[in-house]
Amino acid sequence: MSAEHLTRTAGSQLVGRFLIYALLAVFALYYLMPLFVMLMTSLKTLDDIRTGNLISLPREISFDAWLKAWSSACSGVACDGLKGNFFNSVSFVLPAVAISTLIGAFNGYVLTMWRFKGSDVLFTLLLIGCFIPFQVVLLPMAQTLGYLGIANSIPGLIFVHVVYGLAFTTLFFRNFYVTVPTDLTKAARIDGAGFFTIFWRIILPLSPAIIVVSVIWQFTQIWNDFLFGVVFSSGERQPITVALNNLVNTSTGVKEYNVDMAAAIIAGLPTLFVYIVAGKYFLRGLTAGAVKG
Amino acid sequence: MSALSIKDVKKRYGPVEVLKGIDIDIEDGEFLILVGPSGCGKSTLLNMIAGLDTISSGEIAIGGRVVNDLSPKDRDIAMVFQSYALYPNMTVRNNISFGLKIRKVPAEQQRETVDRVSKLLQIEPLLDRLPSQLSGGQRQRVAMGRALARDPALFLFDEPLSNLDAKLRVEMRAEIKLLHEQLKATIVYVTHDQIEAMTLGDRIAVMKSGEVHQLASPQEVYDDPADLFVAGFIGSPPMNLIRANVEDHNGQLGVKLRHDNEAFFFQAPDSIQDSLSKSVGKEVIVGIRPEQISDEISRGDARDDRVRHRVRVDVVHPTGPDTLILIELNDTPVTCRIHPETRVRSGETTELVFDLSKLVFFDPDTEKRIR
Repeated sequence: MSAEHLTRTAGSQLVGRFLIYALLAVFALYYLMPLFVMLMTSLKTLDDIRTGNLISLPREISFDAWLKAWSSACSGVACDGLKGNFFNSVSFVLPAVAISTLIGAFNGYVLTMWRFKGSDVLFTLLLIGCFIPFQVVLLPMAQTLGYLGIANSIPGLIFVHVVYGLAFTTLFFRNFYVTVPTDLTKAARIDGAGFFTIFWRIILPLSPAIIVVSVIWQFTQIWNDFLFGVVFSSGERQPITVALNNLVNTSTGVKEYNVDMAAAIIAGLPTLFVYIVAGKYFLRGLTAGAVKG
Repeated sequence: MSALSIKDVKKRYGPVEVLKGIDIDIEDGEFLILVGPSGCGKSTLLNMIAGLDTISSGEIAIGGRVVNDLSPKDRDIAMVFQSYALYPNMTVRNNISFGLKIRKVPAEQQRETVDRVSKLLQIEPLLDRLPSQLSGGQRQRVAMGRALARDPALFLFDEPLSNLDAKLRVEMRAEIKLLHEQLKATIVYVTHDQIEAMTLGDRIAVMKSGEVHQLASPQEVYDDPADLFVAGFIGSPPMNLIRANVEDHNGQLGVKLRHDNEAFFFQAPDSIQDSLSKSVGKEVIVGIRPEQISDEISRGDARDDRVRHRVRVDVVHPTGPDTLILIELNDTPVTCRIHPETRVRSGETTELVFDLSKLVFFDPDTEKRIR
């Protein structure tokens, strides 16, 4: 009786498990489909694309489209591919991510460990910054960049993204540091450590998990940004997202779907890379931080 | 020269006065306890001694030097926190030597200090571990080690044992006491646990709502409470406080307490006969400790100020070393501490000995002692 009961529950568990995996597989397929189509298309020749269908495998694998997208595709008047724009993006995304994360960490530290009169009000105002749509800040930002003399430049783009990202990074770090006991700061003060020493030696070393969160978020936001890029930069200083748009929309000659797809994947690779690499550290950071010190 | 002197220190947060003029002086090597219910201002006061919080008015001097405007690091103090506050990213060794490193003490001397402290606290095997790999008691030891490493003029303890389990707390309590006696260190120790206060302190400051109600030795605070609050706060189980009218009984003043159909006359000690004369016919609050109402086995000898009465027992609580029983006097449940071998059950009557020599009287309006 009990044995039968056992096998019955084991059986129903198996069915349940199967259903869950089946459902997950369907969803995975659904989300992977576009990537599959892009990848396959980018590896086909134009002839292959014309004669085959969307999901057919390439008859022969060709990396010509990738090469062309990288170094010789035409967007607008210039015909030297995405590589320049790719490095443009790298050159402002990395500093912007680093600076906004560092300032966010610093803000969070001050707002939790060194509260002052009005610090909660300040934090609330910063929070509102998270809800301001990009479009609202375009004009004032353009003017500010003009005054600062960094309009249409890489430092200008860094500035824009740092300012816009601060609200988010501050929120991340502030909410993380709220869980850190303030006794830690007090103990360090009594030990003789100053404001910056406490930040560098005590608080920042506690933060890998939240730094990774902030980096993933900021990298994705800034790398994928199109609006600020298209508004605040032009020509050869444009980020890859803008260049990709121009490349795809260039209307002279034949529509080279394989080049478009390769270009799109190139533009998307860095964020994918960040998720895969940092995601691991993210989990590791979370479990390491779970033990209270 | 006193090790710590606090003069008329006040703290206001906006219109709220959380410390209402604190005056405390402690000698070199003294162990002072700040005790009181939560929100009484004891931790605020400690933070202000440490310099982690500013004072609104008054003066704090450590070792004769006014420290009002000095930052925590310049006050020559060390502090042990309830949450231990160990730096999670540093090993035990680095936790202990962090303060020395910041103060640029030579490496050789740092090593010597760590060795000395870890030997004293028996944490040598833990030196290369991270705080997350330690148990609560070990963390507390390390936190004390960090304080000891600095060899300060004044140690501040902020409820250091509150996060430990009961058994460990008793062990650590004994160890802190031993450490104090070995090092002759000056300590200010905040706790809400009145047993910790009684066992550790040379003197206890009993605080409530930002005021020190009594500052005296543990025995004095226990036997001779300054007011109703101290009487009720110190002692476990607490002092019995019974409302009663002052009466004149053949020229001797005292109180009459009803028990069922009887009335017991409890004569006041000689020392307060005079001051009690003003209250004849008026209501006072009589305080009597549970152990002052006992049984024959616990207190064999009979003296003048001990009276015997047969009483009905309402409730019996055996605790092991003694048995607590509840009787009723003047409609107030009164706890008595009797020997566990006196096997008495609720509803039965038994004869108890009342020790009246330590009766205390309080004015019900001012809540102060009548002396």
